[in-house]
Amino acid sequence: MNGARSATLTLAGRLASFRTEGFPLIPMSILGALLFLAVFANVLAPHDPEVGSLGERFRPPVWQQGGSEKFLLGSDHLGRDVLSRLIFGARVSIVVGFTAVLVAGVLGTGLGILSGYLGGWVDQVIMRVTDTWLALPALTFAIFLAAVVGPSEMNIVIILGAVYWTRYARVIRGEVLSLKERDFVRLAIVAGCSKRTIMKRHILPNVLNSAIVLGTLMLGVVVVTEAALSFLGVGVPPPKPAWGLMLADGKKGMMAGYWWLTVLPGCCIMLMVLSANLLGDWLRVKLDPQLRQL
Amino acid sequence: MSAPPLLELRDLSTHYVSARGTRVVRAVDEVSLTLEAGSTLGIVGESGSGKSTLALTILRLLPPAARITGGQILFEGEDLRTKSDGEMRRIRGKRIAMILQDPMASLNPLFTVGDQIAEPLRVHEGAGRAGSWSRARDLLKAVRISAPESRVGEYPHQMSGGMRQRIVGAIAISCAPRLLIADEPTTSLDLTIQAQYLSLLRDLQRQHELALIFITHNLGIVAKMCDQVAVMYAGRLVEWGPVTRIFDAPAHPYTQALLGSIPRMGDGRERLTAIEGQPPDLAAPPSGCAFHPRCPQAMAQCREQAPPETALAPRHTTRCWLSVPAR
Repeated sequence: MNGARSATLTLAGRLASFRTEGFPLIPMSILGALLFLAVFANVLAPHDPEVGSLGERFRPPVWQQGGSEKFLLGSDHLGRDVLSRLIFGARVSIVVGFTAVLVAGVLGTGLGILSGYLGGWVDQVIMRVTDTWLALPALTFAIFLAAVVGPSEMNIVIILGAVYWTRYARVIRGEVLSLKERDFVRLAIVAGCSKRTIMKRHILPNVLNSAIVLGTLMLGVVVVTEAALSFLGVGVPPPKPAWGLMLADGKKGMMAGYWWLTVLPGCCIMLMVLSANLLGDWLRVKLDPQLRQL
Repeated sequence: MSAPPLLELRDLSTHYVSARGTRVVRAVDEVSLTLEAGSTLGIVGESGSGKSTLALTILRLLPPAARITGGQILFEGEDLRTKSDGEMRRIRGKRIAMILQDPMASLNPLFTVGDQIAEPLRVHEGAGRAGSWSRARDLLKAVRISAPESRVGEYPHQMSGGMRQRIVGAIAISCAPRLLIADEPTTSLDLTIQAQYLSLLRDLQRQHELALIFITHNLGIVAKMCDQVAVMYAGRLVEWGPVTRIFDAPAHPYTQALLGSIPRMGDGRERLTAIEGQPPDLAAPPSGCAFHPRCPQAMAQCREQAPPETALAPRHTTRCWLSVPAR
């Protein structure tokens, strides 16, 4: 960042530039750390996340009275290590989050481009389906789908993709509508390019930035929804360590004072969603071709 | 008669129809003209007189609400109205190219200029990447861009307006078209750049035996660049002929008024002569000759009947009762 300039900025200005300029250190390091945990979960986790010993149930974190160094962040109702489950939970959240965003993004961007560029009845059909889709409450719809196809990680990805593609379709269609009136698209038509070539070479690259920004912002939404589905018991199936599932398991212990079973996975979800949103904000500014320095 | 002219329009009409079919706008109405290979035609007229629609009609790129309702577009002897969409795509960019009104916005910000110049070559000639790039460099040289070797890999935003416009020109001539339609290509440029660009177009035209259609409302450009001029009013061609003849002795009152409204240095007049009245609403045009409400020489007949096309010379026609011989 430019030191001389930021020195003259007001506090509000500095906060704003912190969000949009420079390198997004905080969100990138949080996401980087989670990614690192997810990739090396087998090496990093001190215990097997799915096996516990009933003799060591509800151990508090190490700094609290009764805590032991064996369970740094305590243990749950089945005596499983919370730290190990959080580490493996990062893997679930990241795999499910990224693939679901990708599925929704590919589906929504593709349909949005077709709808916006081709117009006519194609546009009508895709947009009416989108309207109907958006009228359904996302979570209820996801629960319904989950109940139909049954819980598994793969199915969660498909469900989240099927629920959230509409947001892409809407936004991308709008972008395409303005892009197709731009002169470079008209020049491509005048130069004899086919519709397919124009959509592939002139429309898609120009909406990709929006799709990526939307994707980062959607990552937060998708992670929360995945957690909610797991919490409700229609998400990632039980022995697997998903953060939402840990919340659900831990809620019985809340009143008994076993706070670490809910607060810790809750914090993990919050951190991931927050950093995804911060990163999305930063990308939105950075990827604007007019502002980009080449 | 020798070989057919490069482009011949016969009674070409294009109408816009409103969604409910209640309003019909005759944007292009029974236009006939011919253009020889290598020559330049200027199309002039007020805004909304159908100039741009005529250009889009020739390329068959009309918006959905518009229909070609009659006539023929003979290009190298073949009627473009009978071509399929696929055949038209192979003609556009390869045999007929077009430069749009705002060439500044005609480049895709995400691709290098080399990529964009190479695009028509890839689409129409199946040129490979390496081949099309070396052709792109040659084309940059042809439109007088210095250091084409390095410029070919740059992005549009790294270039000035005049350069971007020359690049649009390079894209247009990349496949060696026979006809280039330029729709007000210089309106967004300042005057010195305009002059440069026009002389570049002239040189390209001479080198490539290119026919040019120049759509403009700048009569100065017409006088400098064109061999023939077509004057449009309310969708009709009111006068068409050689530039020298029409500038010396305009036959149609509208052409006379148009030429009279050019400001001249040192002619001592205090005020500019403007054409009285407003251009007509094309959805409800005046009866008879569309120009009669503004015409200083209007007669009773003008209100009742539209004048037929009258040939004053082999390549000079007008639509005015004054020019119809037997009255």
